[in-house]
Amino acid sequence: MPRPLVCSSLVCQVMKTLIRELLLPLIAVAAAFVIGGVIVLAIGDSPVKVYRLLISSAFGLFDALGNFTFDNWGYTLFQTTPLIFTGLAVALAFKCGLLNIGAEGQLYVGAFAAAWVGITFAAFPGVVLIPMAMLAAMLAGAVWGAVPGLLKARFGSHEVINTIMMNFIAVGLVSYLTQNFYKAPGDPIMQTVPIASQSHIARFGSLLNPLGVNFPQRIPLNISFLLALVAAFLVWVFLWRTKWGYEIRAVGSNPSAAEYGGISVRKQIVLAMALSGALAGMVGVNEVLGYRYRYYHDFSPGYGFAGIAVALLGRSHPAGVVLAALLFGALNRGGLFVDIFTDKVSKDLVQVLQAIIILFVAMEMLFRGQLTRFFPALAKKNAL
Amino acid sequence: MRNIFNYTLIASTIRLSTPLILAALGGLYSERAGVINIALEGMMLAGAFTAAVVTVFTHNPWIGLLSAVAAGLLVAALHAMATIKYRADQVVSGTAINILFLGVPALLSGALFESTGATPQLPRDQTLPDAPIFNPQTSPALASIFNQKPLVYLAFILVAMTVYVIYRTRFGLRLRAVGENPEAADTAGVGVNRMRYAGVLISGALAALGGAYLSIGQNSLFTRNMTAGRGFIALAALIFGKWHPVGAMLACLFFGLAEAVAIRMQGTVNIPNQFIQMIPYILTMVVLAGLIGRATPPKALGVAYAKE
Repeated sequence: MPRPLVCSSLVCQVMKTLIRELLLPLIAVAAAFVIGGVIVLAIGDSPVKVYRLLISSAFGLFDALGNFTFDNWGYTLFQTTPLIFTGLAVALAFKCGLLNIGAEGQLYVGAFAAAWVGITFAAFPGVVLIPMAMLAAMLAGAVWGAVPGLLKARFGSHEVINTIMMNFIAVGLVSYLTQNFYKAPGDPIMQTVPIASQSHIARFGSLLNPLGVNFPQRIPLNISFLLALVAAFLVWVFLWRTKWGYEIRAVGSNPSAAEYGGISVRKQIVLAMALSGALAGMVGVNEVLGYRYRYYHDFSPGYGFAGIAVALLGRSHPAGVVLAALLFGALNRGGLFVDIFTDKVSKDLVQVLQAIIILFVAMEMLFRGQLTRFFPALAKKNAL
Repeated sequence: MRNIFNYTLIASTIRLSTPLILAALGGLYSERAGVINIALEGMMLAGAFTAAVVTVFTHNPWIGLLSAVAAGLLVAALHAMATIKYRADQVVSGTAINILFLGVPALLSGALFESTGATPQLPRDQTLPDAPIFNPQTSPALASIFNQKPLVYLAFILVAMTVYVIYRTRFGLRLRAVGENPEAADTAGVGVNRMRYAGVLISGALAALGGAYLSIGQNSLFTRNMTAGRGFIALAALIFGKWHPVGAMLACLFFGLAEAVAIRMQGTVNIPNQFIQMIPYILTMVVLAGLIGRATPPKALGVAYAKE
């Protein structure tokens, strides 16, 4: 039994925290990649080739001809954006002791609301229209999140079941509205008419080209990415630097103690779910105002559920969420290339990896027992 | 309206309810033992996919069906190990399994059949046959209602069996005990975790049967995400039926009827299809909130048990 290191200096404390917070997620990711490699091998392809393809197409700075390209990072960050929002959404709810499985529904109503504003108020100037559309996306998501929150606060019904149910209701409702009121006549695709052009938000191309940086306009990476980073910072400020955030965390760590200390548990539950929903709704800003310029039905490949993986892996800390979102965003980007450039492995490998990572992070006891022998810092129990 | 409400509506209600009943019964065994099972969807997908693949290779749907059960048990073992042994959050583990089985069938069918998530079409005689009880020529109505897949009959028999098992056997008593009050059950000498493993495993087998019914019974191939949320509707039915086998069955029949009506109404009547499809979800929320009779989950549902 190694003796625990005596650790009092700031550097040492920081190291200890980093080991505690980063080691388990990293091991979970590594373990998932090993299993993914075995699956690739079983399918009959080379894991080395697949992983090299994943990494180079997600982060590579040069294309096949050796020319510098923004494509890989541009698309990776574009894929990262919605995952930061849903990861933050799930993380914020976690902090209040709630599991928001409903980010998927919340982002659909958010996206539709953004499109609705962009279509309905087409006469408004951009400076009014864009903030309005963003607010609408957040508001719709917030309402969709607040309902399960209210039901829990008022009737004690479990938010997991209600958020699942609301996912299906959201998809049904939005598909009904699209099909019957906002689709161009004769359009065979389930999508609304386009939003007003002044409601488009800037892509990185139009931001960087005037500065002489040749960032291609076709890459849909847009201001939403920066908004996502701002949102991460604001969530951190809110949770750790404000009274409300403190109360939400107090409810999350011990509801009865919080109630005893004069915090209204019910109010915090509704607040946390509404804010969570608003964050998920912001996915609509990226999708509608920054990418497709219309609501396109069924656009989400499960961003809301991936948000659970992101929040878990990021240990519900905004900085962790951003890093985890980058990982999954990179996987989503790289997965397309795996699909194209291998014979047998499809992009679905990414989904499998994601699921295995969630399982491993959730089963941290699996690793913790072994690790605490070597890193006593881990012995301190810290769930979600 | 005549085209919507006739005897074929009864037949298709039964057909559409069957996978829901099987999965809901599965959910019941797990949740009565105290383990939340939102992984029903993933377990159904695993069963549906395995049944289709094995039938493609063996040309025998019965072997396909048995393999589906084996696959369901395997997936359930994963959920059980994660949540019981390693005390992972039950909802998180369930979500992971659902995501896993959106990915795995697509990945494997790509490798096996070079498709994007579907298995090859099976010839009609290699899918589960209908029970030839009535002659379709002489009595078409009775034949359309009663000449169903054996799994349909099995589903209803299992409802009766589950009532007996849960309320009349020692196994059922213990299962309910570990779901309501694991400490007391433990004190009385019941192996809490063993009972929970049993509940989750049964759950996987039944949900997989429901999935197999979709791929090699009702249809003749597996398609990407072919359950389309039926695992969640089954979960909704379980809650709507207040965690009772007969209640769950009635809820499944009702949801099956809603689906059957929705299918028939497409493009004919002026009530939007989407609203009929929402019925199960809205009702579940209403019942959970206690607005029409309260649905009370097993007391220890969702809480991992650690022996002192």
